[in-house]
Amino acid sequence: MRHLMPNVAISGIGELKPQRRTDGVNTMDLLLRVSAEAARDAGLRPSDIDGLLVGPQVGETPQHVPAAVAEYFGMQPTMANVVDLGGASGPGMIWRAAAAIAAGQCETVLCVLGNHRNPTEPRSPNRNPAREFDTPFGASGANTSYALLMQAHMAAYGCSAADYAQIAAGARANAQLNPMAIFHGKPADIEEILASPMVASPLHLLEIVMPVAGGEAVIVTTVDRALRGPHRPVELWGAGEKVTHRAVSQAPSLTSGPLKPAIARALGQAQLTIRDIDFLSLYDCYTIMVAATIEDAGLCAPGQFANWLRENGGMGPEARQPINTHGGQLGFGQPDLAGGMTHVVEAVRQLRGQAAGRQIRNCMSALVTGNGATMSEAVALVLGVQA
Amino acid sequence: MTVDLANLSVPGPTANSLTAPFWQAAEAGRLMIQRCCACDKWVFYPRAICPHCWADALEWQTASGKGRLKSFSVIWKPGHPGWIAATPYVVGLVELAEGPTMLSHILVQANDVAVGDPLSFASTNIGGRILPCFAREAT
Ligand SMILES: [Zn+2]
Repeated sequence: MRHLMPNVAISGIGELKPQRRTDGVNTMDLLLRVSAEAARDAGLRPSDIDGLLVGPQVGETPQHVPAAVAEYFGMQPTMANVVDLGGASGPGMIWRAAAAIAAGQCETVLCVLGNHRNPTEPRSPNRNPAREFDTPFGASGANTSYALLMQAHMAAYGCSAADYAQIAAGARANAQLNPMAIFHGKPADIEEILASPMVASPLHLLEIVMPVAGGEAVIVTTVDRALRGPHRPVELWGAGEKVTHRAVSQAPSLTSGPLKPAIARALGQAQLTIRDIDFLSLYDCYTIMVAATIEDAGLCAPGQFANWLRENGGMGPEARQPINTHGGQLGFGQPDLAGGMTHVVEAVRQLRGQAAGRQIRNCMSALVTGNGATMSEAVALVLGVQA
Repeated sequence: MTVDLANLSVPGPTANSLTAPFWQAAEAGRLMIQRCCACDKWVFYPRAICPHCWADALEWQTASGKGRLKSFSVIWKPGHPGWIAATPYVVGLVELAEGPTMLSHILVQANDVAVGDPLSFASTNIGGRILPCFAREAT
């Protein structure tokens, strides 16, 4: 019989015996046990599974749930998500798994839900491994994690503090072209950035995004329908996702992140090379993130980002491959989780030809990157417009 | 570092019955981590079953306590206010000789630390709890 769904099937199941209480275990333990059972049932090894759908975990892991679960499981999926639909979460996972498989992002998706139960335990947030094994030593918050990544990059390649600071200076320069940016009217050069207070060495205050309030929204529809709208459709040509860990101590590499395979997949789907991309809209929570992304995108060899940036002519709209023309989050401000969406919105403006005062000439394609947790959750998109 | 770490008022581990052997061993001056009897790999942080092969075959073993500093940061503005009194202090990623990496407090001067430094396990009182920290290995 013909149907409109992709041809997928359920090949394994696992189930735990219900318990009134589960003293001493956490939700992660239960999720891993039941997942191992489903994998055995399907005759799969852990490494055969490349997609992960999980439920929300109130009271244990409030954020970065798929990365925390994947790290606990020893998985590095190419598609990871939370499905948060109450009692419909399970069925909701099944079609999302099919959609992800049909979209070419993964082959085998683990869909898992579960919870521990201890009525006397306070439902305080954050009792996950990153909380248990990092915080007691004086390491909490993203600044510490990115400082550790940056120190490792510096030690491996001998890059100077000024090499990284030029990324913050470039972002600030672009912010001068965007009246919406929090740092519009406030440029900062490399000297000023290096003179700002050290927060967690080697990260200076002005190499870190400023938190702001804000919001971003994007409408996705079919190309046909978009063609009937007022603007030139900005098409999705490729996507790539990769989740490697949650806590920085568990990173498979400190100098190269999951954006490397995510960007490669997105470019492959788009049938483009990184040299073909007209605009680089790169997630920039910290200077080190842009440095690592330039290298992971294959724009230059590892450790060579600073030379590449100089040869590129900086980051502005006149550069060979302009970067973060809205100022990036380093220049625009970081409206919490909407900060990552600013890179999508700016790419759409550039591709429509509507980036007044900072328009890139002949902008036909853009690479957008998103990054989460400790350089551990990565998504890359290739967007483009028809000539 | 100008204060006695023992006097800090800072958050401690959120241990449970699965992870308690790690913290209890540190209190007793030993570094214990798990090893999988099925695939022979060392595991950190503690799990219920092996994250490498998903076998239910983990056992606790005493680690050598030797490691190498993979990266570090001198913290001037801590994420938790209880740590302000201890600034500047050093946290780092310690690659254990057995393979896994753990984050820890590194007992060195902020101006005398480098990636690659050899380290050894040093149980230390932080905020009234004995925690598994590391110091530079005596040469
Ligand atoms: Zn194993």
